[in-house]
Amino acid sequence: MREVSIIGIGITKFGELWDKSLRQLGLETGLAAISDAGITSKDIDALYIGNMAAGSTLQQEHVSALMADYCGLASQNIPATRVEAASASGGLAVRQAYMAIAGGFIDIAVVGGAEKMTDVSDSESSYTVSMGSDEQWESKAGATFASLHAMMTQSHMAEYGTTREELSAVSEKNHFHASMNPMAQFPFAISAEAVSNSGMVSSPLRMLDCAPNSDGAAAIVLCATEKAKKYKKKSIKIIGSGQASDTLSLHHRKHLNQMPAIRMAAKRAFKSCGKKASDLDLIEIHDNFTISEIIALEEIGIFKRGKAAQSILKGETKLGGKIPINTSGGLKARGHAPGATGIAQVVEIVQQLRGEAGDRQVKNAKIGMVENHGGTAATAVVHILEGE
Amino acid sequence: MSVPRFWRELDTRYNLIGSYCKITKTYHYPRRSFNPEAGRESIGSMEDYQFKGTGEIVSSTVVHQAQTGYEMFGPYCIAIIKLDEGPQITTQIVDCDPEIVRPGMKVKSVFRKLGEDSESGILHYGTKFILNEVSNLEEPEENIPDIEV
Repeated sequence: MREVSIIGIGITKFGELWDKSLRQLGLETGLAAISDAGITSKDIDALYIGNMAAGSTLQQEHVSALMADYCGLASQNIPATRVEAASASGGLAVRQAYMAIAGGFIDIAVVGGAEKMTDVSDSESSYTVSMGSDEQWESKAGATFASLHAMMTQSHMAEYGTTREELSAVSEKNHFHASMNPMAQFPFAISAEAVSNSGMVSSPLRMLDCAPNSDGAAAIVLCATEKAKKYKKKSIKIIGSGQASDTLSLHHRKHLNQMPAIRMAAKRAFKSCGKKASDLDLIEIHDNFTISEIIALEEIGIFKRGKAAQSILKGETKLGGKIPINTSGGLKARGHAPGATGIAQVVEIVQQLRGEAGDRQVKNAKIGMVENHGGTAATAVVHILEGE
Repeated sequence: MSVPRFWRELDTRYNLIGSYCKITKTYHYPRRSFNPEAGRESIGSMEDYQFKGTGEIVSSTVVHQAQTGYEMFGPYCIAIIKLDEGPQITTQIVDCDPEIVRPGMKVKSVFRKLGEDSESGILHYGTKFILNEVSNLEEPEENIPDIEV
């Protein structure tokens, strides 16, 4: 197996981008990433696209060919592949490209993720997101995506005594980080009280516990490490990669307050590089709801089960704390454009490991992790990145 | 939902028909022709089984921002319940104040309208659950027409 490095990154601002189409967003980030990498289109061997919902929100499938065409790669008949795993589409696209390069099939791949969630009404975009759970036996029974996470929260509160204050601390911290990220959808701080007093969505989850449904795009350039120096002096290595799945429905799981797919994906990623949780300097976590960040940190092994929420409240996961989590602002405040999210998370870690994260820079960041999951964690993808 | 997609699952939805695996002696809902725990051996060993429709609340939530098609219910209760035979399902708990539902409460199934495709589209019927303790209070206001299953 060959080593794989990230030599270029690009990201758009996340938000309600009514003046921009899916193809425009894809082109913008794709160009930014290849310019950053110092390559030309002739150097690209393959394109991987993370996209969850273009069929539902735009009545457009075949997004791989669409992106290749509008990025000017159709004339060279580039292999283009769309990857879909609900909100884990982006992370999984990264893993497909990683495996193709590590396996020696190609040398350079561009991985892009793009999503348009605000061209449709709120109720349509919410229904689209809930398609990542079981449409027949969850959504059609009246369960919203938020309500499934609300039941996880209820279960976590009942078993470990997790409190409202602790949930609110997750959003407060992520908004604080986003206030230093110009690409964030909500680049401003909010108080824990504001979270606790926001409108009820599905008890006990309130509006400010929930990530938005955003438009946005992100792209990275992956290159075989042995050839990376030719293009980029300083590249970031992908040292570990892991993926796992679980039952599609939450109700088919033994424990409602656990996400075993994240545990297994992290375990496999750690195993692939011989690292452990205590080696990590920072993590981007898939905080689609506040409870997800709490459970994910317990599954990865950063905190013992039932202890993550207290540690977050104490500030251990804030910039300057023991292990900063979601310095980008996370899904909650950077924004959540499903197919782009997993790649935007990688972009953040690369910026941090390069030392280019500005005011939100984590000091001496050497090793970072990206955790991206889909549905109620029926798919989880974890990558571990190391700077030079 | 398209007519055939709903129609294929009619008895599962109307009568709580699931599967019993003769190899592991376990129950499954919805119906499966393959038991993931028993693997290939289970093919041909799964029998249809009608659940008794009794169980208890595992976890619940009051939904304030309704799922598409459920807007008319206003804040409503969604729960994961464990059927007495073992499997868990996600369902709406009806005919009670949604705020009083708690883990451990006993529930039983009722036949209810789930929704409709449009004013002229097909009506969807299926199973919801009510709390045992308040089940005798009063008949639901909704008038449920007789239909052939």
